[in-house]
Amino acid sequence: MSKSKSINKELSVAAIKEGTVIDHIPADASFKVAAILKLRKDPNMVSIATNLNSKSLGKKGIVKVSNKNLTEEEVNKIAVVAPNATVNIIKDYKVKEKIKVNLQKVIENVIRCSNPVCITNHESISTIFNVEKENPLQVRCHYCERVMGKEDIKLIG
Amino acid sequence: MNFKNHDIISIYDFSKEDILYILKTAKKMEKRSNPSLLKNNIMATLFFEPSTRTRLSFIAAMEQLGGKVTGFANSKITSIKKGETLWDTAKMVEQYADLIVIRHHLEGSARLAAEASSKPVINGGDGSNQHPTQTLLDLYTIQKSKDTLNNLHVGILGDLKYGRTVHSLAIALSHFNPIFYFISPDALKMPRNYITELREKGIRIYETPNLLSVSKKLDILYVTRIQQERFPDPLEYEKYKGVYRLDSSLTKYVKKDLKIMHPLPRIDEIDKSLDNTPHALYFEQAANGIPVRKALISLVLGKIR
Ligand SMILES: [Zn+2]
Repeated sequence: MSKSKSINKELSVAAIKEGTVIDHIPADASFKVAAILKLRKDPNMVSIATNLNSKSLGKKGIVKVSNKNLTEEEVNKIAVVAPNATVNIIKDYKVKEKIKVNLQKVIENVIRCSNPVCITNHESISTIFNVEKENPLQVRCHYCERVMGKEDIKLIG
Repeated sequence: MNFKNHDIISIYDFSKEDILYILKTAKKMEKRSNPSLLKNNIMATLFFEPSTRTRLSFIAAMEQLGGKVTGFANSKITSIKKGETLWDTAKMVEQYADLIVIRHHLEGSARLAAEASSKPVINGGDGSNQHPTQTLLDLYTIQKSKDTLNNLHVGILGDLKYGRTVHSLAIALSHFNPIFYFISPDALKMPRNYITELREKGIRIYETPNLLSVSKKLDILYVTRIQQERFPDPLEYEKYKGVYRLDSSLTKYVKKDLKIMHPLPRIDEIDKSLDNTPHALYFEQAANGIPVRKALISLVLGKIR
């Protein structure tokens, strides 16, 4: 317990020189953000922190990726799990740009369809979901038309 | 309005104007025979899941307009079982057909086939998702018997939870300011997401397990089968299968011009004693599949406008 606490503390203050810092992730969503961005296979230095104290969220998560500027498309994909996240592009230890994530109307290849008899679970094609409501999140599968709420949403991979 | 090369996949894809245009075209088709309209056109029917009724209706529609039909009625007897993807099948079939009708147990299959194929695709039923030609023929039937689709009191009875037909019908009718009476046992009520969606459109909905409590109000009563295959537990099915059996005694509790519909085949939901009453509309409804499918085929092939 005390050990993990100290690791978190270290990470929360560790600054990166170049790269991207994603802040204000819900406490339980840091690993999901990392999964959506496929950071497990990323050769750069990646830090994933959860359960950090936050004034606005109570607990929050942070994900940092060195030497990599995320594209807007990548950033928007994480809106499914972290709708209020801010993305800081870091240059020479300074925040060069702040991007608010923006939930797109169509979410491609991020969510898995919860319908076992949906064609997307049987044929290797990208999933496509149309966002019907943002808060709370409600999406509809482009193929089988099933409506999924936040609690049904499972990520691909 | 131009439907040439459009796919017919889901009732959600159609505006009110689209629906009315298709019904108007169906009416023309019914009035006038046109035995060589689709001469030189080929329709492929890809029925991965057998459905004799739907397939025969499509074939009759195509042949009565002079078109040719190819395809299969059951995927077990084709090469498709050997692991060919649906995407590849649709790509292969577009080489020799001008139009594809697909029925498949996986939901979303028709949408995928339409994306794979450059030729128009008509969904003949994708699992428990959509069956748009059924929905359109239901609307056509209502319009024909009531002279309007607007402001009707529509009762829908039976399995409202698993019944794809009733979901699509409710969504399609929602363009026409209906008042809905959803009549079902508690365990088979209309899913909440449909109720929410309809209420958000300002539609009035009454839900009750008791048909006689609302029967006097109805212009249309749409009865559905309680389908055994949709129940994971056979005991559950036994419990509900006989719950709603209509017979001629109902006629005392309904309006004179109430029309009763059913997508057929029926098991025992509607007794034969109702068949010869003026309320029975279900056989005419089944026959209406032909002009509606003729209209859809001709529209997507660009042979009429
Ligand atoms: Zn799906």
